[in-house]
Amino acid sequence: MSLALDKPRQPRRPAARRSNGELYSWLFMRLSGLLLVILVLGHLFIMNILDGGIHRINFGFVAGRWASPFWQFWDLAMLWLAQIHGGNGVRTIINDYARKDTTRFWLKMLLYVSMVLIVSLGTFVIFTFDPNISN
Amino acid sequence: MTATTETAAGSRGAQPPVPDGAVTVTVKIRRFNPEFDDEPRWDSFDIPALPSDRVLNLLHYIKWYVDGTLTFRRSCAHGICGSDAMRINGVNRLACKVLLKDLLQKGDKQTTITIEPIKGLPVNKDLLVDMEPFFEAFRAVKPYLVTYGNEPTRERIQSVADRERFDDTTKCILCACCTTSCPVYWTEGSYFGPAAIVNAHRFIFDSRDEGAEERLDILNDVDGVWRCRTTFNCTDACPRGIQVTKAIQEVKRALLFKRV
Repeated sequence: MSLALDKPRQPRRPAARRSNGELYSWLFMRLSGLLLVILVLGHLFIMNILDGGIHRINFGFVAGRWASPFWQFWDLAMLWLAQIHGGNGVRTIINDYARKDTTRFWLKMLLYVSMVLIVSLGTFVIFTFDPNISN
Repeated sequence: MTATTETAAGSRGAQPPVPDGAVTVTVKIRRFNPEFDDEPRWDSFDIPALPSDRVLNLLHYIKWYVDGTLTFRRSCAHGICGSDAMRINGVNRLACKVLLKDLLQKGDKQTTITIEPIKGLPVNKDLLVDMEPFFEAFRAVKPYLVTYGNEPTRERIQSVADRERFDDTTKCILCACCTTSCPVYWTEGSYFGPAAIVNAHRFIFDSRDEGAEERLDILNDVDGVWRCRTTFNCTDACPRGIQVTKAIQEVKRALLFKRV
């Protein structure tokens, strides 16, 4: 190991990677945040306030909504955006707070696996939902 | 070495007479002596001071007349050199720019002033921190004029408007108040920190400089401007009143729209 004093003016940082990854992730957070405001508030309004709110929600109500591609797309967009937006937020928190590289790596792996799992399960349900499942 | 920690006398002998109008304040200092302490400890001093005194005067009083082993940096003592950045009552300030009258408790209540070293940099002794990681980040953004091609035979002329563009960030005195008030810097020392970005901003938006792209590339990295969470701690801490968070946002905008 060389002493830090050997070359005190030598930069210790790796050279810039010239990747726009962090820029795109930052931009995505802003855009998805804006979209989610509309999607989530709309969702909450329909589910909780409109036409008697939660009292009318049952299997049939969900089945009726998902019969329309519009609501399928709405819920799909909400699922993907919320999952990636939240996941990316947790990623930056892990980057900030993990002290060791191994901790950082495994926490992020856990996060990515859980994200993939939830997104694929949700997408699978939205597209393969069978309204006649009780029969 | 025959230093004693128990009754360390001041370095200038007997205490001077207490002036009229002086109040007794408690100065609580977070201290660390690498030769004796495993952990930092708190030390309290009750000393007389005038409301017109600066916090630096209180530290001088302690060092000169009470405990000569107290260690801190200060050079000009007038808010120009940026040596005496410290955490005073939980916020980063220059000790030579904070007046005691602004810290006094209302009524007859005893005033306690807590002083800690700035956070996020390794403490060498008491309030003295190792500034090298801070300066390393500063040097990494190339804080000097970068030009290519032949040198002009005359002065590099700049319009008043072009000079105004980066005027705010020329005020930086590299005291580290901003960088060490940043929560992202506290937990992750690899982040460039506000001060380095401010000094990059000073050259990126200089019409005479041609190195904007290199600096933007450096700051576009994982440890660059995108780690800023716009907490505004840096803007609040800056003793020169630089709009630090705004400068960071301007660098983000330059990266986003590929335009300086």
